[in-house]
Amino acid sequence: MLEVKRLEVAYGGIQAVKGIDLEVRDGELVTLIGANGAGKTTTLKALAGLLKPRSGTVLYDGRDITGKPAHELVQLGLALVPEGRGVFGRLTIEENLAMGAYTRRDRQVAQDFDRAYTLFPRLKERRRQPAGTLSGGEQQMLAIARALMSRPKLLLLDEPSMGLAPIMVQKIFDTIRAVAAEGVTLLLVEQNAKLALEACSRGYVMESGEIALADDASALLVNPQVRRAYLGE
Amino acid sequence: MSRLYRNPGLRIVFYIAVAAVLVALPFAVDATLGRTWVRILDVALLFVMLALGLNIVVGYAGLLDLGYIAFFAVGAYSYALLASPQFDVHWSFLALLPIGAMVAAFFGVLLGAPTLRLRGDYLAIVTLGFGEIIRIFLNNLNRPVNITNGPQGITLIDPLHIAGASLAKTHTVVGIQVASVHSYYFVFLACAAAAIFISVRLEDSRIGRAWVAIREDELAAAAMGINTRNVKLLAFAMGATFGGVAGGLFASFQGFISPESFALLDSIMVLCMVVLGGMGNVIGVALGAVLLTALPEALRYAGPLQQAWLGTVYIDPSDLRMLLFGAALVLMMLFRPAGLWPSSIRRRELAAPREPAGAEGADVPR
Repeated sequence: MLEVKRLEVAYGGIQAVKGIDLEVRDGELVTLIGANGAGKTTTLKALAGLLKPRSGTVLYDGRDITGKPAHELVQLGLALVPEGRGVFGRLTIEENLAMGAYTRRDRQVAQDFDRAYTLFPRLKERRRQPAGTLSGGEQQMLAIARALMSRPKLLLLDEPSMGLAPIMVQKIFDTIRAVAAEGVTLLLVEQNAKLALEACSRGYVMESGEIALADDASALLVNPQVRRAYLGE
Repeated sequence: MSRLYRNPGLRIVFYIAVAAVLVALPFAVDATLGRTWVRILDVALLFVMLALGLNIVVGYAGLLDLGYIAFFAVGAYSYALLASPQFDVHWSFLALLPIGAMVAAFFGVLLGAPTLRLRGDYLAIVTLGFGEIIRIFLNNLNRPVNITNGPQGITLIDPLHIAGASLAKTHTVVGIQVASVHSYYFVFLACAAAAIFISVRLEDSRIGRAWVAIREDELAAAAMGINTRNVKLLAFAMGATFGGVAGGLFASFQGFISPESFALLDSIMVLCMVVLGGMGNVIGVALGAVLLTALPEALRYAGPLQQAWLGTVYIDPSDLRMLLFGAALVLMMLFRPAGLWPSSIRRRELAAPREPAGAEGADVPR
C-alpha cells in the first residue's frame, strides 16, 4: 500500500527527516513512535503531500506520489488526520463532515454520513452544534470521522491521543481499531508508545529523524531499549 | 423573518416591495434631502460593490487585505485610459467594464501569488504595500512616457452611454425627469444587485465552503483535499473583479480620477464597512457600506445644527465629523462586536461558550 524509500524532508531549514525507509501493507495497522521532535509529524506531512520531500521516493498503491500535493492524494484515497485535530471550530459537526467529502462527487455521500454517525453516535446527537463546543476527545473523533468521509484506503493519524484524558484516549484507540476492522489501512503516529504498540501489528521507532528500530509491535513491546526509552521502565 | 423564508408567496411580495422602494428611493431622496444626497446614494452603491468584493477576500477566505482600493484604482484607470481624450480612445463601457474586471482580476492574482504563504498581520502589511505601490505608480507613470497623466489625473472621462443616450444628461422617460445622478443610480443599483446575487451564490457553493475551511484552518483544509493555492488565488481574483467593475463605474460617474482618490484611508474605509456590517454576511456588509458612506456626510450637518440650537458654531463641523465618526465606530465595535448583521457563523462563535461543553472525561488541553 505504502512504500517509503530514503525519504528526506527539510522543514524550516532543519533537516527533520534524514532518509527513512518505511512500509505499510494492505490492511495493516502500523505505528510510528518516538519522542517529541523526532520527525514523526514531518514524516506524515510529507506523506500526505503537505510538505515537499527533499529527496527519496514514496510509492502508494504502486505509483510514485513523491511531491504530489495533498489535494491530489486525497482523491487517490490517502487522507490525514492532522495533529491537534484541526476541526473547523465555527462550522457545525455536519458541515465539518461535509468538508471531509469535499473531493467527492458521487452520490453516496449521504450514506457515509450515516456510517459516520453509526460509528460516532455522540456526533449525531450534536450534529448541528459548532465543532468548537465539543470536548477535545469528541473533536478528535470528529477529525477521524471527517477524514473517513473521503473514503480513504490509507489513513494517516497524527497523535490522536494528544492532550486527552485517559478514558478518552482509550475510546480513541477503540475507534482506531474499529476503523481498521472496516478495512482501512492505518499509519498511526503516537507518543503514547504502549497503547500504540498494543493496538498495531508492526511498529517503527523514530529517533532524531531516523528510523532506529523496526519490528513487530509485540517484539517492540518487550524490547529492552524501547521499554527503557518509551515505556518508562 | 423565518416566516418569510418558509412562505414563497410572502417572499415574492417582500422582494417586490424592496424593489419598489429601491426604485422610488432616488426620487424621494431628491424631493426631500436634495440632489446631493442622490449623489451620495450613488457613491454608497459603489461602496456596496467594493465592500462585497473585499468581503470575499476578508470575510469568506479570511485573508486580511489592506490594499483593496488598488483594484478599484486599476478598474478606474482601465476605464479612464480607454474612454477619454488621454489617448483619444473612446470605447464602449460594455467592453470596458469586462476589461476592467479582467485587469483587476489579473492584479488580484499578482498580489495573491507571492503572498500565498502569508497570513494575518504579515499579509496585511504586504497588501498595504501593494495598495501604495499601485497608487504611487499611477502618480508617476507620466514620465518618460505619459500614460496616467500623473498627479493631475485624467479628465473628461466619457460618461456611460445606454442605447446612444449619455447618462450625463437629463432625460425624460415616460414623462418623468430622470437626471444624471438618477440614471447612474439605476445602473449602480443593477450592478450592486448583481454583486449581492453573486456573493450569496458564492457563499453557498463548493468554492465558498472551501474559503471558509481555509479561513478556519488552512492545514486541515489542505488535508481535506482543497487545493488551497488555487482557491486562495480565486478569492483574490474574485474580490478584485468586484473592485475593478466598481472602479470603471466610478470613473465614468465622476468624469475625473486622480491617484488621490485611491489612498490607504479608502482601503481602510472599505474594510471598516465589511467589519462593521458583519464580516461574511452579504446583507450586513451592504448595510455597512451604505451606513459608512452616509454617516460622514450626515455629520456635515453638525455645523448648521449647532448654529440653530446653540446660536453659534462652537466646533468646526469638519473637525467634529471625523471625531464623531470615530466614536461611532468604537461604540459599534463595543456593542455589536460581530457587526450590525453578523453572519450565522460569527453569531455562533459569539454565542458558543468559551469552554468546550463539558462532556464525560474532562479532557485536559495541553
